[in-house]
Amino acid sequence: MFGPALRPLRAVGLIALLGLAACGTPTAADPGAAGPPRPGGTLRLGISSNPDCLDPQQIGTNAGLNVGRQLVDSLTDQDPTSGAITPWLAEKWDVSPDSTGFTFHLRQGATFADGTPVDAAAVKASFDGIKALGAKAQLGSGYLAAYKGSTVVDPSTVRIDFTAPSAQFLQASSTMSLGVLAPAAYAKSPEQRCQGDGLVGSGPFVFESFKSNQQIVLTKRKGYAWGSPLWRHQGAAYLDRVEFRIVPEPGVRTGSLGSGQLDAITDVQPVDEPQFAGNGFTEPVRANPGIVFNLQANVTRGVLTDAKVRQAVQKGVNRQEVTDTVLTKNYKPATSILGSATPLYTDLSASLAYDPDGAKKLLEDQDWTPGQDGIRVKNGQRLTAKVAFSAVFNQNQSVLELVQQQLRKIGFDLQIELHTTAETQALTLAGNYDFLWYNTTRSDPDILRQLFSTKSGNRSKLTPGDPLDAALDKQAATVDPVVRKPAVADAQRIILDQAYSIPVFELTQVWGLGPKAHDVDFEGSSRMRLFDAWVSG
Amino acid sequence: MTGLPRRLLQAVVVLWAAFTVSFVILYLLPGDAVLAKLGASEGGLTASAADLTRERAAYGLDDPLLVQYGKRLLAALHGDFGRSITTGENATSLVLNALPSTLAIAGLGLLFAVLFGGSVAVLSTYTRSRWLSQALSTLPPLGNSLPTFWVGLMLIQVFSFQLGLVPALGSSGFASLVLPAVTLALPTGAVIGQVLAKSLRTQLSEPYVEIVLAKGASRARVHFGHALRNAALPALTLVGVVTGTLLAGSVVTESVFSRDGIGRVTATAVGSQDIPVVQAVIVLAALFFVTINLVVDLLYPVLDPRVRTVARV
Repeated sequence: MFGPALRPLRAVGLIALLGLAACGTPTAADPGAAGPPRPGGTLRLGISSNPDCLDPQQIGTNAGLNVGRQLVDSLTDQDPTSGAITPWLAEKWDVSPDSTGFTFHLRQGATFADGTPVDAAAVKASFDGIKALGAKAQLGSGYLAAYKGSTVVDPSTVRIDFTAPSAQFLQASSTMSLGVLAPAAYAKSPEQRCQGDGLVGSGPFVFESFKSNQQIVLTKRKGYAWGSPLWRHQGAAYLDRVEFRIVPEPGVRTGSLGSGQLDAITDVQPVDEPQFAGNGFTEPVRANPGIVFNLQANVTRGVLTDAKVRQAVQKGVNRQEVTDTVLTKNYKPATSILGSATPLYTDLSASLAYDPDGAKKLLEDQDWTPGQDGIRVKNGQRLTAKVAFSAVFNQNQSVLELVQQQLRKIGFDLQIELHTTAETQALTLAGNYDFLWYNTTRSDPDILRQLFSTKSGNRSKLTPGDPLDAALDKQAATVDPVVRKPAVADAQRIILDQAYSIPVFELTQVWGLGPKAHDVDFEGSSRMRLFDAWVSG
Repeated sequence: MTGLPRRLLQAVVVLWAAFTVSFVILYLLPGDAVLAKLGASEGGLTASAADLTRERAAYGLDDPLLVQYGKRLLAALHGDFGRSITTGENATSLVLNALPSTLAIAGLGLLFAVLFGGSVAVLSTYTRSRWLSQALSTLPPLGNSLPTFWVGLMLIQVFSFQLGLVPALGSSGFASLVLPAVTLALPTGAVIGQVLAKSLRTQLSEPYVEIVLAKGASRARVHFGHALRNAALPALTLVGVVTGTLLAGSVVTESVFSRDGIGRVTATAVGSQDIPVVQAVIVLAALFFVTINLVVDLLYPVLDPRVRTVARV
């Protein structure tokens, strides 16, 4: 509500800040001279919003997940480079042929911060606890939609069963959303856990304090020795203490990093990115896996019922221009409906090339002729559709305004409608939109099934039996990448060829690290891992 | 009914109206707090319809409108506004916890505002230099027209990022209060300065001033002893209004200075349609407003003998 009202002022402030920032550029340091990692010290990290909840099993926002990740361990880990699922709390696992049963063999010696062991009974309690959260488990409820139950086979073996093939669960088991909390945690209410009360995990950091809108403090878990083998070192974390400072104003975040009042920040805005390039500061960047920012078409609405019209829109969007002008070189134009960091992604950039002439030809062949204002008409119907969006990503409005201009050139009138988060959810649930603008972070291609399948989210409102369903069901039924990859490739191809969705760009995380902060890493879902992070003296 | 009882009754009506209007507006908005909370995760909702229904029922959002209103009103009379839907905390304690931080910057801000507005008004009317008087008179309109947001960022940029005199973030110690208080004080002080200067000028052209001067009083005595005292009344009326300005200013100021407080709580709660928290904030703000205006009204007769006489009649 206050966001949109502030925006014009924000622009004024930014322009003024840029002017002043030029004379206050921080002094340079050689990033190569950092030396070997040094244990100890405090990392002061500026984050952009107040996490309403710190419990990783409940929260779905980046701010909350970035804190929660440090507190819990997961059954598995995911290699950010290959997307492969690797051991963590579980040393190995077996998956039933139909992907409905997953048996995890736990490692020995891991304990929760309250001293109790991480055993099969604790894992069962934790998964049952997540299922019991219902809608409160914002991401977990989706991962465990078909959860049937867990069985303690022996103290170090737990079997998790599903009522339907759930290949995605293997990747989900690596996320913080399915991270394991101590049985004692469930003696507290979900609301208490949100505030940190009873938030006991086995992770490399433990919760110390949470002051709303101010800061969250975590401290090192002494004696931690069960890190994922993927990490840079083993043993306990380097940092003694992590302070997540909540700094909503982007200009203040960058200024505080520049003046040494913070050691690292998240959410560097495109306009601020040049400040931290090559002057002792580093800018870790990683594209989010999952569904890219896209205009998902509701194929039951107006002109979007016609596949030719949707295909013309697909050709009429100049994705390179979007990233070049509104965003920065750190952001990639979409090359599929999945982000390039998603496992089993297929590069379909040829299908997403900018082709205004092709778009116009498609429309002319369908007898859409330009009207007086340049927008095409046919039998008195205007070539127009609305897009519903909310300002979850700061540049959403600018991106959509540019896409609007691009589509105007082919004679298509895109009308942009900003809504609040709640309103957008209500529209989504009711299917009351022409185009829906959104992205989703998920490091598994099954997200396509969740949002496109007619048996699931079906955001395009396809008719049951659409060829897409078969491809999506096939990939859900096996964890074997050899079988899964062609199915996922088919699904991506169908979505683009039918233009059920118009992918535009990949959401990207851009952080800023000061000269003292090192090795703040991305995990598989482009969220933060602080285990290897350290600060120089 | 006259006097105090009448004013108290009016105050109760104002509080009830604030409660009711905020409820109706938030209820009329599309979507609800449960959707706002669960949809805040990237890509939106993954919960099933049944899960959503259960979640809504847990917060009483499935009751008919009038039942919800009645229940909330009844509980609010006992100081209970319910649990925040976003965080699950008790709304009353959430707001009360945020209050001291806002009171600190608003209180200091009011002090700065009175000092700044008062001195500009007094100096601009007292000085004999026409140039200085005019220069000073331009300050209040300028102070009032600068956006709070921009002023805050500029102050941080200069005094924290460049000079390193005060911290840019957080609520630790007195140093962190100064810049937010100055930011809040600017528009408030500007209004006080403008009104006080105008009424000082009016007072100084009243006939009684000439009589006092003729009786041999110094300029300073006329200015501070007679004119300022009379001119202070309209400015005092403003203090009531200014309280509202300070609370509204805290929404922007607290975001810019990364502070906790009523402003931040309000912005978040309105954005997520968190009815219990919004209502707790609004009723608290109304209570504040009503109390201060009541106190100001009661102060009039103390300061101005004329009002005293009228009141007796």
